Amino acid sequence: MAGIGDAHLRAPGESLLRVENLVVEFPSGRGQKVHAVTDVNLDVLEGETLGLVGESGCGKSTTGKAIMQLPSPTSGRVLFGGQDLTDVKGEDLRTLRTQLQMIFQDPISSLNPRRRIEDIVAEGLNIWKTGTKSERADKVDKMLLTVGLDPKVVRGRRPHQFSGGQCQRISIARAVVTEPRLIVCDEPVSALDVSVQAQILNLLEDMKARYQLTMVFIAHDLAVVKNISDRVAVMYLGRLCEVGDPDLLYANPAHPYTAALLSAIPVADPTVKPDQRETLGGEIPSPLSPPSGCRFRTRCPRADDQCRNEVPVMAQVEGDHFVACHHPIAPGESIEGTVNLAGALAKALA
Amino acid sequence: MTDLTADPAEIVEPADPAVGEVLLQVTDLSTSFTSDRGTVRAVRDVSITLRRGRTLGVVGESGSGKSVLARSIMGLMPSNATRTGSVEFGGVEILNAPPKAMRKFWGEQMAMVFQDPMTALNPVLRVEQQITESLHEHLDLTKDQAHDTALALLTSVGIPEPARRLRMYPHEMSGGMRQRIMIAIALACGPKMLFADEPTTALDVTVQAQILDLLQALQRDRQMAMILVTHDLGVVAGRAHDIAVMYAGQIVEQASAEALFARVRHPYTEALLKSIPKLEMAKHTRLEAIGGRPPDLVDLPVGCKFAARCPYAQDRCREEEPELLPDPDDASHLVRCFFPVSVAASAALQATAPVAGEELA
Repeated sequence: MAGIGDAHLRAPGESLLRVENLVVEFPSGRGQKVHAVTDVNLDVLEGETLGLVGESGCGKSTTGKAIMQLPSPTSGRVLFGGQDLTDVKGEDLRTLRTQLQMIFQDPISSLNPRRRIEDIVAEGLNIWKTGTKSERADKVDKMLLTVGLDPKVVRGRRPHQFSGGQCQRISIARAVVTEPRLIVCDEPVSALDVSVQAQILNLLEDMKARYQLTMVFIAHDLAVVKNISDRVAVMYLGRLCEVGDPDLLYANPAHPYTAALLSAIPVADPTVKPDQRETLGGEIPSPLSPPSGCRFRTRCPRADDQCRNEVPVMAQVEGDHFVACHHPIAPGESIEGTVNLAGALAKALA
Repeated sequence: MTDLTADPAEIVEPADPAVGEVLLQVTDLSTSFTSDRGTVRAVRDVSITLRRGRTLGVVGESGSGKSVLARSIMGLMPSNATRTGSVEFGGVEILNAPPKAMRKFWGEQMAMVFQDPMTALNPVLRVEQQITESLHEHLDLTKDQAHDTALALLTSVGIPEPARRLRMYPHEMSGGMRQRIMIAIALACGPKMLFADEPTTALDVTVQAQILDLLQALQRDRQMAMILVTHDLGVVAGRAHDIAVMYAGQIVEQASAEALFARVRHPYTEALLKSIPKLEMAKHTRLEAIGGRPPDLVDLPVGCKFAARCPYAQDRCREEEPELLPDPDDASHLVRCFFPVSVAASAALQATAPVAGEELA
């Protein structure tokens, strides 16, 4: 991937959130720039969950933060309900932000350790003086109950008295209590055990149904993203590779990067020997000087001169399934020639 | 068997068993810590046998005692810890060996790859110094020999441009590279046994596959015994010969990987498998989460420790603690449950209804 284009976007009027040509760059001394996000187009319909997936350093969290204007992107537009957030400043942005909330990766460090749970959850309501004091307290109690915590017990406690999973419940309560329209979840379950992860994913689905939430769900775990998303976007080194309905995209990954990510997932089945699967060799290149053309070409078994020279453009595969690749994988075809580093090493040692 | 506490000056060399022979024998190992809240019983009555060239996967949630078990075997314990039982390594009892005697074991006989390659490396030392430290400690090498050995080690763990990497500091490398450095350090003195404590948890899925493949290749090549500690059943499924599932400090199920996945017997193992989101599931499939939380290790409930979260629990489970007993159909498959289930992992992964339990004891 690592492509451009907006074939995957729906009509502008339909979406709650529409990100156009998003670019985020950070200065990095000696005149160099970190190209964190380059020309990304995304849209999310009302009530939809968009899963944003990729390796560390692919720009998925930066995209999430740019949507929230934390900070504003270098260029591009972030249309929220038709209004460009990058144009809104000061008090107006603050007012608009009540409709946008974020849930962070580390549930323990994202809660202020010195404050009580009731104050943490009520903070948004207190700032906007929503209703009377007792109405706000009621609302906090109801929200704590909804996320599966007993308000009588937890109200007066502080974050260190809770486990990671419980802290993530508190974070969800804090985000949902202001009745936002859009929630950006940045790796909300990657710090949790698998059993707790399932609880939190189920809770997020319940909250979404109950409060008609629209979500951007950022994660590196493909199975988790598939479970919760209506649409998935795969990112690599600041650009989009592949976008589509998860059922289509996972059944027939068209981008070699998506295929490699899928094949790297450990399977809980001893009859599937890991060395029979293809693994992606090498590492993600530096975002200071990303490769020309397709950014994935340095690790791609299919790369050729065209990939070096031309940035691939997003094109439709079938229905709601789009890929930015010069040589997409046809359904049923496997990717050949992928470097299996450890496998090659084992042979060299033998 | 020799007791090292008798005279630490006279360190008995552990035997070097052939491939397939018992290298590590842990019997009724228990570890507890004193804390302000009382005694934390982190590991209770764990017995394992590990043969040379074999990999044991230890699986469990946070707080199940899996990391403490690995550290208890190695003897990497803080001062508030108490260990009882027996740990025999190559026929030598090492449980109560003084740290001075254990120095001969660490690095040379057994080594550990830690979870977080960001914090486990010393940020102010170059990579070369960190690798050669144990070489100088254990082997009588000249500076040049140590340098050459370090270079060969980096090559063997798949690091490109090893000569340049030796002069780097940890912060100049990615997480995957740093984990490779950690592995090179652990392998420096050719240990017979390797502990890998969540070696890939901090890494991306593509890098995780690379590191696991590397560990497996090195383990096969060097015929080491390996204990792979992880919370992810998927990680151990294709890579461990044997699997021990831990819950609240105890082993609740133990079997060969094939036997375990062919017929899961403990409700906790089944619940763990079911709670994993699978790629095969359609989007928005509701996950079968395990309700509740693991018990407090300071104040353990009577009876089966999993009973409070177990869908099959009956009165007996809340009153009496089950023992770890062999499955009547397969003596090598151990399970700690009065009413074991019998379900193939593949079925649990598809989240179908399990077969009702039959009484074991």
